[in-house]
Amino acid sequence: MDISLAIQLMVQGILLGGIYGLIAVGLSLIFGVMGVINFAHGQMMVLGMYISYWILVLVGLDPYLSLVLVAVVTAMLGYVIQATVVNRILDFPEAMQVVPLVSIGLIIENCILFMWGPDHRSPNTALGLESIHFGDVMIDASRLMAFVLAILITGLIFWFLRNNNIGKSMRAAADNRIGALVVGINVDRINNYAFALGAATTGAAGALLIPLIPVSPHLGHDFTLTAFVVVILGGMGNLVGALVGGLILGVAESMSTLWLPPTLKHVVSFSLLVLIMLFKPKGLFGGK
Amino acid sequence: MKRLYVLLAFILLILLVLPMFLEKYTLGIFIMIFYYAYLGQSWNILTGYTGHISLGHALYIGIGAYTSTYLAITFGLTPWVGMIAGGLVAVAVALFKGFLGFRFGLRGVYFVILTIAFAEITRLIVSHIEALGSFSGIFLDFNPSFWNFQFRGNKPYYYISLGMMVASVGVVRVLELSRIGRFMVAIREDEEAAQAVGVNSFKYSMIALSISAFMTALAGTFYANYIFYLHPNSVFGMGLSIELILRPIIGGMGTALGPIVGSFILTPLSEMSRAYFSKGGMEGLHLVLYGVLAIIVVLFMRKGILTYLAAGLNKIIRFKS
Amino acid sequence: MTLLKATNIRKQFGGLTAVNDLSFQLAKNEILGLIGPNGAGKTTVFNCLTGLLPMDAGQVHLENNTITGLRPHQICRLGMARTFQIVRPFLNISVLDNAIVGALMWEKKPAIARQLAQEIIDFVGLGPYSNELAESLPLPLRKRLELAKAMATKPKALLLDEVMAGLTPTEVDELIRLIDEVRHQGVGVLLIEHVMRGVMALSDRVIVINNGTEIAQGNPEDIVNEVCVIEAYLGKEYAGAVC
Repeated sequence: MDISLAIQLMVQGILLGGIYGLIAVGLSLIFGVMGVINFAHGQMMVLGMYISYWILVLVGLDPYLSLVLVAVVTAMLGYVIQATVVNRILDFPEAMQVVPLVSIGLIIENCILFMWGPDHRSPNTALGLESIHFGDVMIDASRLMAFVLAILITGLIFWFLRNNNIGKSMRAAADNRIGALVVGINVDRINNYAFALGAATTGAAGALLIPLIPVSPHLGHDFTLTAFVVVILGGMGNLVGALVGGLILGVAESMSTLWLPPTLKHVVSFSLLVLIMLFKPKGLFGGK
Repeated sequence: MKRLYVLLAFILLILLVLPMFLEKYTLGIFIMIFYYAYLGQSWNILTGYTGHISLGHALYIGIGAYTSTYLAITFGLTPWVGMIAGGLVAVAVALFKGFLGFRFGLRGVYFVILTIAFAEITRLIVSHIEALGSFSGIFLDFNPSFWNFQFRGNKPYYYISLGMMVASVGVVRVLELSRIGRFMVAIREDEEAAQAVGVNSFKYSMIALSISAFMTALAGTFYANYIFYLHPNSVFGMGLSIELILRPIIGGMGTALGPIVGSFILTPLSEMSRAYFSKGGMEGLHLVLYGVLAIIVVLFMRKGILTYLAAGLNKIIRFKS
Repeated sequence: MTLLKATNIRKQFGGLTAVNDLSFQLAKNEILGLIGPNGAGKTTVFNCLTGLLPMDAGQVHLENNTITGLRPHQICRLGMARTFQIVRPFLNISVLDNAIVGALMWEKKPAIARQLAQEIIDFVGLGPYSNELAESLPLPLRKRLELAKAMATKPKALLLDEVMAGLTPTEVDELIRLIDEVRHQGVGVLLIEHVMRGVMALSDRVIVINNGTEIAQGNPEDIVNEVCVIEAYLGKEYAGAVC
C-alpha cells in the first residue's frame, strides 16, 4: 500500500470531514434544543449552495465572501420554518415529526429544481483548482479553505453557546425545557433561534462546498443521511461529538476508496450508521 | 354500512367500464392512480396499521422489479411466477431488516433511519452489479404476451392494476377484522401496553412487515413490465419512497380507503404538473404541492382527508368493525 | 397453592437500589396491598414481576412456572396481567376494541373474543361506551378501561397500579366493589394504592415498602398501627388518612 496515498486520502478526508462536522453540528443543535430531527437538513444545505451559486453568478462574489449573506438568508428561512411548522409539531411523537420535515425538504428541493433546473453546475471560483503541496501530499486549496472556515464557524458557535445570553439560553433549554420555562426563558423564541442557527450552519456549509462538488438539486438526501451518520456517531445532541464524528466519517469515507470504488463510499457510511444504531445508539461519545 | 358497499360497488362498476371510453393517455393516468394507491396501501399495512414508519419502502419495489426481470431475462421465467419470487426475496430482506430493527429495539426515528439506510445501501450496491445493469439500468425487451406480462396498449395494464388495488383493499379489510390486524393496531397504539395484554409485538411486527414487503414487491414487477426500463435510482430511490407515502398520509393512514382516496386526489395533480411544466426538470412542481398538503394534513387533519370528510358526511364512508 | 411467589427481588439503576431484597407471596382469592411513599419502588416491583424490566437478582414464580426473565407477553399468557399507573388505553380504537385485544389472547376467533370482551366491558360498567373511541373517555372511565383490558386476558394474578388515584370517593367505592368482585372470581390481586380507604377495604394483607425495602408485612389492622408509629418516617400526610 502506498503510504503517501494513504496519508493524502486521510488528509483530504479530515478536511472534508470538517464540513461534515459543520453540517452535523447544526443538526445536533436543533435536536438538542428542540428534540426535533431535521429531515430537511440536507435540502437546506443545498439551498445554501444555490444561493451562494446565484450570488457568484450574478455579482461575481466568491462563496467564501458571500458566506455570511448565505448564512443569514438560510437562517431567516429556518426561522420562518420553525415558527410556522416545526413549532406545532414539537409535542408530536418523534416518528410523526418525520412527515412534516420530510415534506419541507421535498418543498425546498423542488423549488430549487423549479428555479434552477436539474443540471449539474460547477462554477469557477477563486481557489477553484489550486492545490498546495506538503511534501508528497497534495491538498486542494479550496478544501483546506473550506475546512478552516468550517472549524472557525464551529468554534464561533461553541463560543456563542458558552458566552452569549441567547446561546446560554439555548443550552438551558436543551438541558431542561421545563426548567428553562420556569426561569423565564422564552422557549419559543429560543427554539426559533436554534432552528435558524442550525439552518445557517448547514447553509454556510453549502457555500463552502461549491468549489468541491457539482451543484445539483438532488444532493439533499445524501447529505441529510450523512449528517445523520455523523450525529448518531457522535451522539445526538452532543456538539463536540458531531464535529469529531464528522472528521471520523470524512476519514472513513476517504480511506475506503483504497478498497472500494468511490461511488460506493456511502455504503460504508450507511452501514456504519446501521451498526452504530444497533450497538451503540448513544454514539461513540454519548448523547441522548 | 350496506350503503357504503353499494357505493363502492357502483364506483367499481364505473371503473370496470371506463376503458371503453378512454384513450391511452387517460388510461395511463388511471393506471398510475391504481399503482400508487396499491403501493400506498401496502405501506399502510406496516405504518398506518402497525405504526412502524418506513421511509425506505422503495427497497421492496426495487427488489420485486429486479428479481422478476432478472429471472425473466436469464431463465425466461414468466413474470407471473417471477413476481412471487420477488415477493419472497422481499420478505427475506424484510425479515432481516425487521430482526435488526425490532430485536435491537430501534423505535421511532431510529427505525425510520434504518429503513432509509437499507434502501440506500441496496440502491448503491445494485448500481454496481453488472448482471443487473449497473449504472445504466436494464431495458426490457418488448415481447407482448400474457406469459411475458407485457401487453399492447394500456387496457390490460389498467385491469391488472385495478385488480391489484381492489385486492389490496380486500387484504386490508380482512386484516382489520382479524386477530392479526387487531394486534397490529394495538402495537401501533402502544406497544408496551399491547405486550402487557399478551401481544407478542416482535412476532406481529414481523408479520406486518412481511405482508407489506411482499405486496410492495409485486408492484415492482408490474412497474418493470409497464415502464420497460429499470434504474436503481428510480426504483430504489428516496424520491419514490417519499412519494409513495404521501398518498396514504393525505388520504388517511390506518384506514382501508385512505390510500385510495389519497391517490385519486394526488396522482392527477402530478399528471397535470407534468403536462404544464414539462420543460426539463420542472415537473417536480406537483411535489411542492404534495409537500404543502402533507404538512397541512399532518398539522390540522391528523387522520387524513378521508376521515375528515367522513366525519362531515355522517359516517357514510367509514368502515366499522 | 401459592399463586404468585416473589423471592429476593433486587433491581438497581446505577448506584440507586430501587428494589432491595423483596419477597412476598400471593394466593388465589387473596388481595395483597403494596403501600409506601412515592418513589418507594412499588411500580418498579411491578415492572420486574411482569418482565418489563430485567431484575438484578431474585426469582418470580407463577403457580408452577418460573417466570423470571420471561418477556411481558409471555408472562401475560401464563396468567399475570397488570394495569399501568398512568393509564395506557389504545386511544384511537373503540372501548370494546380495547378489550378485544386482550380477549384474543385466549379466544382466537374474533367473533367470540368480541363477546367475551363485551362481557368484561359491561362488568366494569363501560357498556354504554362500547363503541366510543377510548380517546373520548375521561380519566375515571379510562381507569376502568385499564382494568377491563387486563381482565380480558383472564388473568390468575392481577397487578393493579394505583387504579384509584384521582378518583372521587364515589368512584373509589365503585372500584372497590369491582375489585372485590374480581377477587371472588378466583383472581389473586396485588394492589399498589395510596388511597388508604381502598387498601383497608380490600386487602387481606399489606406490605409496606420504603426505599425499595420491606419495612412491614401483615394484616391491615396491625399495619395501620405500625404505620402510625413510623409516621415520622413516612411523613404526616401519608399516615394522616388512617391515624
